[in-house]
Amino acid sequence: MEDEIKLMKGNEAIAHAAIRYGVDGYFGYPITPQSEVLETLAELKPWETTGMVVLQAESEVAAINMVYGGAATGKAVMTSSSSPGVSLKQEGISYLAASELPALIVNVMRGGPGLGTIQPSQSDYFQATKGGGHGDYHLIVLAPSTVQEMADFVALGFDLAFKYRNPAMILADGVVGQMMEKVVLPPQRPRRTEEEIRSQCPWAACGKGGRGHRNVVTSLELDSAKMEENNLRFQRTYREIEQNEVRFQEYFTDDAEYLIVAFGSVARICLKAIEDAREKGLKIGLLRPITLWPFPTAEVARLAKNVKGILTVELNAGQMIEDVRLAVDGAVPVHHFGRMGGIVPNPNEVLEALSAHFNI
Amino acid sequence: MKEEIVIAGFGGQGVLSMGKILAYAGLMDKLEVTWMPSYGPEQRGGTANVTVILSDKPISSPVLDTFDTAVVLNQQSLDKFQSKVKPGGTLIYDPSGIHHLPTRTDIKIVPVDAMTAAIELNNSKTYNMILLGALLKTRPVVEIDAVLRGLKKTLPERHHHLIPLNEQALRKGMEMA
Repeated sequence: MEDEIKLMKGNEAIAHAAIRYGVDGYFGYPITPQSEVLETLAELKPWETTGMVVLQAESEVAAINMVYGGAATGKAVMTSSSSPGVSLKQEGISYLAASELPALIVNVMRGGPGLGTIQPSQSDYFQATKGGGHGDYHLIVLAPSTVQEMADFVALGFDLAFKYRNPAMILADGVVGQMMEKVVLPPQRPRRTEEEIRSQCPWAACGKGGRGHRNVVTSLELDSAKMEENNLRFQRTYREIEQNEVRFQEYFTDDAEYLIVAFGSVARICLKAIEDAREKGLKIGLLRPITLWPFPTAEVARLAKNVKGILTVELNAGQMIEDVRLAVDGAVPVHHFGRMGGIVPNPNEVLEALSAHFNI
Repeated sequence: MKEEIVIAGFGGQGVLSMGKILAYAGLMDKLEVTWMPSYGPEQRGGTANVTVILSDKPISSPVLDTFDTAVVLNQQSLDKFQSKVKPGGTLIYDPSGIHHLPTRTDIKIVPVDAMTAAIELNNSKTYNMILLGALLKTRPVVEIDAVLRGLKKTLPERHHHLIPLNEQALRKGMEMA
């Protein structure tokens, strides 16, 4: 049964994958277009099987602080929301990062700013990759483009979060959250025992337990010299993550004369546009960043050497384009095409933008 | 083989579930499938639509601007999607409530009076299955057997007694197309 192919929404895949990863707790609050995460968990009742806690909090702020508390005890805990809800969580996310705690936050983005629309968007790229909350910190940001990746990135997100003691985020959009596609779910893993947590997470605040002292988890450090040391340690971790964890996928880049950079569902729309363009003899390639932070800077720089121009396609006014331009460093022109407010462009619009910007 | 299908109508007509059953049938036939719904307030009565892609190769974009086949169940959807059918493609529509008939001459146009047929079957809920039958007769992208196996898999056990009625509706739709 484990490798049975199922058909489900991206949001449902996240819920199933969370249970199968052996997540200890999910704390959420409903919001379109991610409500199926909480709904599916409620339907699957994992508290009766794995013992996973599923709790609908009174607000997004409460949910992220429950995650903060759970994470401090070494448990694998997560929350999910959509853009306005993720804005509310930013203080808690900053505290998680400052306390060097592993956790998974899912943002199924909808159009903003403000309460905005419930339709798909990628306009939280800045928020996810450049901080979002206060202070010098980074989340590990994974951008799924298929329902399979929605499932797979739950495990990847937690594994990376625990490896580096840093919160990870799945930055999805309404398309990937709402669409149904085939998915192979991972096998069921048992939740870690208290003993396993104690040995794997020596920092966890879970009582003395033979250690002779109690761990204290806090983000507060009033001694500036010590706080700078903390910051230097965070930065060393970020450099290590940048070194080890960049993930991306290339399509048709071998002979590409122009390059599109796009992530999430938009990368698939661009891939269709590229397939159509290739039928007309236009050599376009695609780079799909899978980790938005750490960004595939070196790969963009490498590909920029062999193309005449780059187009970034995003469901926003141009956010990732800043990272692409930093990577390209002026070597070739970089243009942006995007739709906003919940409008998703079709493959034809991408081709039109490409030909308008590069006269092809 | 690749079939790009849009199904559109009023929320409540079974547009999304018809697409879902089609997607499940594709899964049964070991095809790659994507099902991308409109998920806005349409579900509560406006115009809802769903894009279903069935393919024997991996599917890139789940979002499309042109389709091989459109199944439209109201005037708004007909007006919106008629022009988006590829030349040589198929437009299936229910003529009840349609005042402005389709005008394209370069596509196959199939009227299916599913509303009347559903009333004849004494169950208005068979409406979308009649249209699915008509779709499968016109564009045999999946086997009817795959649809039935898909239904069996997706319907909760307590609703399995409805499968024969659904099969009847499917076959009725196939006759009508």
